[in-house]
Amino acid sequence: MTTSQSSVSFTTASVGKKVLMAITGILLIGFLIVHLIGNLQLFVGQEQLNKYAETLQSLGALKWGFRLFMLILAVVHVWKGVVLWLENQRARPVGYRREDTIQASLSSRTMIYTGLLILAFVVYHLLHFTVIATNPEYAQLKDSMGRMDVYSMVITGFSNYFIAAVYLIAMFLLAYHLSHAAESFFQTMGWANEKYLPKLKFLSNVFAIIIFLGYASMPIAVLLNYVTLPGGGF
Amino acid sequence: MNLTLYVWRQKNADDKGRMEKYEARDINHHMSFLEMLDVVNEGLIQQGTEPIAFDHDCREGICGTCSLMINGRAHGPEMATTVCQLHMRHFKDGDTIYIEPWRARAFPVLKDLVVDRSAFDRIMQAGGFVSINAGGAPDANALPIAKKDADTAMDAAACIGCGACVASCKNASAMLFVAAKVSQFASLPQGHAERKQRVEKMVAQMDREGFGNCTNYYECEAACPKEISVKFIAMMNREYLMATVTR
Amino acid sequence: MKLDAKVPSGPLADKWDKHRFEMKLVNPANKRKFSAIVVGSGLAGAAGAASLAELGYNVSCFCYQDSPRRAHSIAAQGGINASKNYQNDGDSTWRLFYDTVKGGDFRSREANVYRLAQVANNIIDQCVAQGVPFAREYGGLLANRSFGGAQVSRTFYARGQTGQQLLLGAYSSLSRQIGQGQVKMYPRTEMLDLVVVDGRARGIVVRDMVTGKISSHAADAVVLATGGYGNVFYLATYAKGCNGTAAYRSYKKGAAFANPCFTQIHPTCIPVSGEYQSKLTLMSESLRNDGRIWVPKNRDDNRAAGDIPENERDYYLERKYPSFGNLAPRDISSRSAKEVVDDGRGVGETGVGVYLDFADAIKRLGKDVIEERYGNLFQMYERITGEDPYTVPMRIYPASHYTMGGLWVDYNLESTIPGLFVAGEANFSDHGANRLGASALMQGLADGYFVVPYTLGDHFVRAGVSDVTTDHPEFKKVEQEVQERMKKLLSINGKRSPDTFHRALGKIMWEYCGMGRNEAGLKKALQEIPALREEFWQDLKVMGTNEELNQQLELAGRVADFLEIGEVMCYDALTRAESCGAHFREEFQTEEGEALRNDKDFCYVSAWEYQGDGKEPALHKEPLVFENVELSTRSYK
Repeated sequence: MTTSQSSVSFTTASVGKKVLMAITGILLIGFLIVHLIGNLQLFVGQEQLNKYAETLQSLGALKWGFRLFMLILAVVHVWKGVVLWLENQRARPVGYRREDTIQASLSSRTMIYTGLLILAFVVYHLLHFTVIATNPEYAQLKDSMGRMDVYSMVITGFSNYFIAAVYLIAMFLLAYHLSHAAESFFQTMGWANEKYLPKLKFLSNVFAIIIFLGYASMPIAVLLNYVTLPGGGF
Repeated sequence: MNLTLYVWRQKNADDKGRMEKYEARDINHHMSFLEMLDVVNEGLIQQGTEPIAFDHDCREGICGTCSLMINGRAHGPEMATTVCQLHMRHFKDGDTIYIEPWRARAFPVLKDLVVDRSAFDRIMQAGGFVSINAGGAPDANALPIAKKDADTAMDAAACIGCGACVASCKNASAMLFVAAKVSQFASLPQGHAERKQRVEKMVAQMDREGFGNCTNYYECEAACPKEISVKFIAMMNREYLMATVTR
Repeated sequence: MKLDAKVPSGPLADKWDKHRFEMKLVNPANKRKFSAIVVGSGLAGAAGAASLAELGYNVSCFCYQDSPRRAHSIAAQGGINASKNYQNDGDSTWRLFYDTVKGGDFRSREANVYRLAQVANNIIDQCVAQGVPFAREYGGLLANRSFGGAQVSRTFYARGQTGQQLLLGAYSSLSRQIGQGQVKMYPRTEMLDLVVVDGRARGIVVRDMVTGKISSHAADAVVLATGGYGNVFYLATYAKGCNGTAAYRSYKKGAAFANPCFTQIHPTCIPVSGEYQSKLTLMSESLRNDGRIWVPKNRDDNRAAGDIPENERDYYLERKYPSFGNLAPRDISSRSAKEVVDDGRGVGETGVGVYLDFADAIKRLGKDVIEERYGNLFQMYERITGEDPYTVPMRIYPASHYTMGGLWVDYNLESTIPGLFVAGEANFSDHGANRLGASALMQGLADGYFVVPYTLGDHFVRAGVSDVTTDHPEFKKVEQEVQERMKKLLSINGKRSPDTFHRALGKIMWEYCGMGRNEAGLKKALQEIPALREEFWQDLKVMGTNEELNQQLELAGRVADFLEIGEVMCYDALTRAESCGAHFREEFQTEEGEALRNDKDFCYVSAWEYQGDGKEPALHKEPLVFENVELSTRSYK
């Protein structure tokens, strides 16, 4: 086996693919944390959130660089995930008539489904709040300083029961995906052993719950009128 | 006790195969599962039906030949048990039992419940050894090995190569088998000289054989009759990463 | 038939060195011109095939299992002996040699045993270098345990699965050679006959067990490493597939069958639970290190073990053999168990069993230590019987376990057919009338790694490259015979499955040629076996065809041979009118019931030569000369 051959094969080798899944996955998790912290400024108020949004928008090339990076992460993660799934389907052409499961968690067995649903949600989410294509009326929202009124846009969006429900379900799926993903990262990178693995599983679940509560807190707060539009009307 | 069996029957590798129903009568609860099948087969022979072919040899849980999927579980309902060591006392009168062969593209069915597991041998041939010839080995005590390391190697080496990990994995992945072998050698100083090539070659061969990928279900660990831990999969991932990063 | 053991002259300790010097060598460049067939892939077969391939010979290796890793060597639990003297307890090559000769009750060839003891240390080095995870002390050095028949701790072990670990070591070496193309491996392939041309073994005829295809393979030498024939008893600790066919077919082609009646009965197996029983499970003899064997003093004592007070228990081994106690050799231990059971003091539902009690050891050492030492054995026992040996004493009973007898070989491990070598359990060479614990692994690996690779080279040079290919008419003839035999088995179309005949044979053998034998019984067996064989060829039922995976057909062929092997065993047992080692003739015992050896008339290896179907085989004798040890009465008191 020559060096060049095997370095090419890393991305297609079973273990290599897993490592790519793990590394892109953990970086996406990193983004989820930063994104959550940013969004939670909703609870500070209109001024804070809109200022934050404008700062991000003003980054220019850096912004596009970051977006491109995120896009690559997402594409690799989804692409390798789908390839893994297809290969795994092929690895057992004839299935069992009677199949039982001893300890494989439901979340681990549904990664491809939760993953693809999350992908669909991300597309919707981008069209909804970033491109503002699904609800073009949001583009009219400006605050007193003439900035894009992200604060009002979020509250307006989540005031719609249907949209809020979509977000809540998606966040549940995301958390469910993460409960297996976070722990899986350590196993794949080879940093797990019999002593740490049970603890990692536990921490992974705790992390997933935190992410869910963090993100879900926003539509719920809007639905419960805990945060409201400035001036109380649209 | 009396049981109803649904058994996979397939004449040869080219046959499509199907489940057939059989009645097992007057089964003693002290019998092993394979002895129960012996009794059923004896009855089939008397009726003029071809007996069910299944792999078995030592019948004491160490050779790794027996390989039945019983009610959807590799080696049946008992933990840390091969089929030959599974006894009928774990079943009840009137139970219905599904018996199927290991299912994986890399383990084609040869007949009924008999599958071809030579893919495992080819993985071993790719690198599952220390390259030394007979003779010329240094004194066995020349190189002390910490008990902890020797014990870890032994934990991994306990693998009997039955293939239950592949059969139970939802992806038909052979990671636990390969990891056990890689980890045994990686834990011992004797295996260090070749550790990088070993893990790369064995993983490459595993992939060529058409096994699925590991997605960390850990179902293999639960099905393993020798209770090989998935920590060895982590260990192999680490070995593989180290080998590629430092190449 | 001439039996020339070819033992080198000179002092015992120098024989092997001298012989290695005198043997011819094959020039490295010429090694690839020679080919060897190795049948069997257990310790002897895998080690032999790998070592021959490492030297550069072309090797073909055959096994009936689906992988060479599964041969029944894998089931050995306890350990492997070597006289490393790591424990500083006075061990030496000489002591290991002496213990083995004495354990074999002075019915083995001195020179072979001494060589075995010599190379044993190299085996341990070799296995450690292969990555075999032997048990170690906290200081990082190898651990040892004691074993039956020895007063030193010389047994190396890998938890309760030494056999598996050693086999995996040999298998890894073999795999390496297969990967390099130096060994061509044929799994799921069974040898059905030997091909002899001009008095020299030239190859074999095999059946592909998946397709049924019968084919020939030619080589410059054939090595049989096909294990023992102990499944002749049906209920045995052997794997279900173990059989005597390869060795027996070779016997029919002119290889002498030595000491067939020397079959070992292992003392610590899990007792039979019912008629359906398909095999017996052995538990390592190492259990006897800490377990105490007893039965109630009174007959028909039906109380639970725990309810029987200390003074009503008979620790019969400790009582009869105070210095070895529970570690008395296997034959003595087995026979003593039979004695107490025959006396009506057996335990368990069937009354066929004795207790092996760990209560004292648990009290002395704690449950953790016992679990560390025997955890997996206890687990296995509980799985099979449903009883917890930590709280209830185990029940054990002897079972057929090993055959010391086998094809006769000279010092080079060559049989009476030139070019046919026999290694491991399949030969008769090293264990005499009784094998000590942890010596089978030692012998298999010694033959495979360190004897056959040398002696085969010598044969190659002396005999030259064989010009016989599989196109030779003899190969065609033997192939035809094998085909006919398959056809015959399939065409009887009677009523009984091969298994029922096998069980019936097993009963006869256990009854008349088992732990205790006598003239009347053996004569009876010699009438019953041919009758059963007759019935077999009249009333056998095998379904399906030859051209497919057909497990019934495989079994039928093996049972047909067992039905003849059993007869040779009985002839041998009948002729050997003495008791020695595992061969206990009830007519020949001391007043205390100990074996009464007769060195004047029976200090020889009996080698049987096939004379034709239905004819009594001819007995040849290789006298055993003891120049270095004094023949003494074996005493373990």
